[in-house]
Amino acid sequence: MGATIEITNPNSQPNQDVFSATLLELAQADKDIVAVTSDSRGSGKLVTFGQTLPKQIVEIGIAEQNLVGVAAGLASAGKKAFAVSPACFLTARALEQIKNDACYSDNPVRLIGISAGVSYGALGTTHHSLHDYAVLRAINNITIVAPADNFETREAVKLAVKHNKPLYLRFGKKPMPLLTEDSSIGFEFGKGRVIKQGIDVAIIANGETVYPALLAAQKLESESGIRATVVSMHTIKPLDSELILALAEKTQAIITVEEHMVNGGLGEACASLLLQNGYNKPFKIMGIPDEYTVTGSQVEIFNHYGLNADGIAAAVNGMFCPL
Amino acid sequence: MTDQELIAKSVQYRKNILKYIVGAKAGHTGGSLSCIDILNVLYNEVLNVSPENFTSPDRDRYIQSKGHCVEALFVTLADAGFFPESDLETLCKYQSHYIGHPTKKVHGVEQNTGALGHGLPIAVGTALAAKMDDKNFKVYTLLGDGELPEGSNWEAALTAAHYKLDNLCAIIDNNKLQITGTNAEVCNTDPLDGKFESFGWAVREVDGHDVKALKEVFAAMPFEPGKPNLVIAHTIKGKGVSFMENSVKWHHGVPNAEQYEVALGELSPPSPLKGE
Repeated sequence: MGATIEITNPNSQPNQDVFSATLLELAQADKDIVAVTSDSRGSGKLVTFGQTLPKQIVEIGIAEQNLVGVAAGLASAGKKAFAVSPACFLTARALEQIKNDACYSDNPVRLIGISAGVSYGALGTTHHSLHDYAVLRAINNITIVAPADNFETREAVKLAVKHNKPLYLRFGKKPMPLLTEDSSIGFEFGKGRVIKQGIDVAIIANGETVYPALLAAQKLESESGIRATVVSMHTIKPLDSELILALAEKTQAIITVEEHMVNGGLGEACASLLLQNGYNKPFKIMGIPDEYTVTGSQVEIFNHYGLNADGIAAAVNGMFCPL
Repeated sequence: MTDQELIAKSVQYRKNILKYIVGAKAGHTGGSLSCIDILNVLYNEVLNVSPENFTSPDRDRYIQSKGHCVEALFVTLADAGFFPESDLETLCKYQSHYIGHPTKKVHGVEQNTGALGHGLPIAVGTALAAKMDDKNFKVYTLLGDGELPEGSNWEAALTAAHYKLDNLCAIIDNNKLQITGTNAEVCNTDPLDGKFESFGWAVREVDGHDVKALKEVFAAMPFEPGKPNLVIAHTIKGKGVSFMENSVKWHHGVPNAEQYEVALGELSPPSPLKGE
């Protein structure tokens, strides 16, 4: 089934832990930052936030429509509202509130989808968010971001406070290794981060699939001599079209990897951009196929669908022939 | 404003509602006529909202959850000076900002609404922000009785009571009809008073066409300290035009020329509201 994903940095934490710690730090200096939760302060790692800043947390209970509506009202009155809820419920159950109350009315709610993708693993399809990119991409006036590591997460939360527009941030439960210690690679919404440079193939991934993409690139280089560029395309919308089109020029093939159903996600966003700009080189989307996922942990599900170093490398080898 | 002045305004507002619906060949006639006295009293007697203070964080907020009755809101805002009334001649026309539901593109509109069951949660969040910041502004939202089956209303009703939002006032335009028929036929929501009281709200019932009673009920807020306020305003769909009253047909019916003339005649002084 392929190698499991090894955590190489012992100091790494789950991105949603980094989210909550960063939010607490920022909220201590800014009383307008408010966490709004749907009985999710435990899973959202906001227990300490609630104990430290009890006046800056609003508990809604298990009512996602109301969660987003209330957050929109708070935002309309000047609060920097972070609506925190499992990604699966937040983006499906409250979709109309996201569309109308946050985005259409331009109330700058920061939507925080926790335990995203298949983080809940064996809890099954009801708890997987493999549709969130697809549905939110179809909505105007929202920025969609899936940070890959703790650095990106910390920076994303800092930017979210200043963003003042509707925003969706997506986090998983698993500790994430640091992708790069190169401090020159900055982070801003809408700009992909090139984690590794290579001229043969571009692997465009986001969220928790960037690390296996990086491992795949290392494997390709050592075993096949294929030099891959690896991009953390943390922002799905707006997409960094400039970078993607530059990669299309520079490399011979593009592959996308995401913790989302293949329909409507990062891959289709890239495909649309590339096709409309005359791209005609090999292109492949890797993600969860259009089926209800197998039972297992996140890692087991990743392995099942080849979203690991071996699977991504094999996909590249299968589509890419060095000139 | 005297009660007679308010009554005269209601007559004029009703005429304007019909005028612009006829011009647009579209609109929600029955519900706009049922809720217009409530908007009249809110904007002319209750709300600390004006074109001049509309960006002030301390202003009162009005959120129209029953967004389909936007004509009632637009004629009221025009009269309050938010925009020239002549703008409404573009209602629902190509590229007009005056579309068939409230939009913030129109000066004076607080939130984009139209999909039902959205106003109360947003109002709860706004009222909660006022409490968190120790601000004194109040938040009002007008709900249609027909939108109450949306679950988000009841989620928000729980939250409003949980946070003791006595600075929040929800008003139900209780005209007892919705697009398909009577509420009782479609989804019986009675008894509304008992439902909201059991959720922890303070409830008052009022004749939603009696401007004096409406003034008094809003002046009595908070009805009970620590409880969100609910005004059940008993109204008549199509109020003021005899052939429209209590008729589902006029939910979004548009009068033809002859019906329009008859309606205007009925709305001319002496007002049908007088002496009620």
